[in-house]
Amino acid sequence: MVIPPAILSARGVRKAYAGKVVLDGIDLDVQQGEAVTIIGASGSGKTTFLRCLNWLERPDAGTIRIDTQVMGRTGSVVATERVLAAQRRLFGFVFQRFNLFPHLTALQNVALGPRRVLGQGREAAEARAERELRRVQLGEHMHKRPSQLSGGQQQRVAIARALAMEPRVILFDEPTSALDPELVQEVLDTMRALASEGMTMLVVTHEMRFARHVADRVVFMADGTIAEQGTPEALFGAPADPRLQRFLRHLEPSA
Amino acid sequence: MIFDWNVVWYAMPLLAHGVVMTLQVSIVAGVLGLAIGLVAGLASLSSFRLLRGVVRGYVDFIRGTPLLIQIFLVFFALPVVGVRLPEYWAGVVALAVNSGAYISEIVRGSVGSVEKGQAEAALSIGMTRSGVLWWVLLPQAWRPMVPPLTNDLITLTKNSSLLSAISVYELTRAGQAIIATHFAPFEIYLLLALYYYLLISVLSWASRRLERSLPQW
Repeated sequence: MVIPPAILSARGVRKAYAGKVVLDGIDLDVQQGEAVTIIGASGSGKTTFLRCLNWLERPDAGTIRIDTQVMGRTGSVVATERVLAAQRRLFGFVFQRFNLFPHLTALQNVALGPRRVLGQGREAAEARAERELRRVQLGEHMHKRPSQLSGGQQQRVAIARALAMEPRVILFDEPTSALDPELVQEVLDTMRALASEGMTMLVVTHEMRFARHVADRVVFMADGTIAEQGTPEALFGAPADPRLQRFLRHLEPSA
Repeated sequence: MIFDWNVVWYAMPLLAHGVVMTLQVSIVAGVLGLAIGLVAGLASLSSFRLLRGVVRGYVDFIRGTPLLIQIFLVFFALPVVGVRLPEYWAGVVALAVNSGAYISEIVRGSVGSVEKGQAEAALSIGMTRSGVLWWVLLPQAWRPMVPPLTNDLITLTKNSSLLSAISVYELTRAGQAIIATHFAPFEIYLLLALYYYLLISVLSWASRRLERSLPQW
């Protein structure tokens, strides 16, 4: 079997803050259409890794290749801000706290990127936005502002906002952690639907059900490294790393 | 002591003329100051260090020196280097440059107070830094900007009384002229205070209305 080249590949990604190493050389390949979940204790570097992938945080070392591009580089030279912005667009990013633009309606939130980044006309951008909002079941709420929407609805708008830019990969940073428990499911359902449509996804989450039942692969991070990875069955069924065993034991009641 | 009502009746229409001038100077200087403050505020947010340094120096200088000295600098010192402005324009320029510095800090502070996640969200959909500022941060910064801005414009109106020192015929100067001929400082300064108080009250009321009419989200 020929393994196609990964759509996203990280090599030797390092990041330290004030001398404290947060990421200690991470290698990860993600295939087109794959849904990968990153789990791990808080402080293990999961979120930082995600933020380094699209260069919201600049990695200290290592390379990130997305599609045919190397983040932060044009050939062998450092990319200009404009090029970096265009590269960043290849990733969608869904934040823990949604980060919707509060002064804009749901429709305008989603249309902003197509309009101001892709340079589409207002009608085209809004038609696009409407399509994405319907895709996340929010067609009837598109003229509301974020403050008029529930947390779950806001997060789905945020997902639509990411989708509207037609990213190669969507990065989810604990997308359900800021939600009331009863609102978690609607967001997970949306993500599950995306995964089944073949969207390439990288999801940092504490939702073990999602990791177990939706992800193609689970990556366990500890101390700024990838300690173990594999299929959900392998990772949850027969964890090898003692840190993973301990992590899963602590989760057991809710998992 | 006898309160001389005759001077008051005599002074009221003359001072009204001064009020018009005070308003005019304040509006022109306010508009100019807003423009300077916006440009300087945006410059202080740019990624060009030199530009930020220039704005920093400008704001430091204005904050570190008295307005009266700044007015004298424009009116008496600039002519020495060949820039000669009539008193009216010297006054307007001095007030505008002064309030522009404070306004630039308001602009910078308001943009900076927008939650950090907003810029990150905008970056994540592929915006450049200037796009983030223009499409996401500034539209959200207007609202917190308005109360300190109106406050600053009210201060500017009060500060315009200092222009009497370079003979701009605004409210204070008009009062001083009457005092010089009628020797009634008690009546006239009381009257001046009352005029300023009413003027500022109207401005305060208008700014509260403006603040209430701002869009909510």
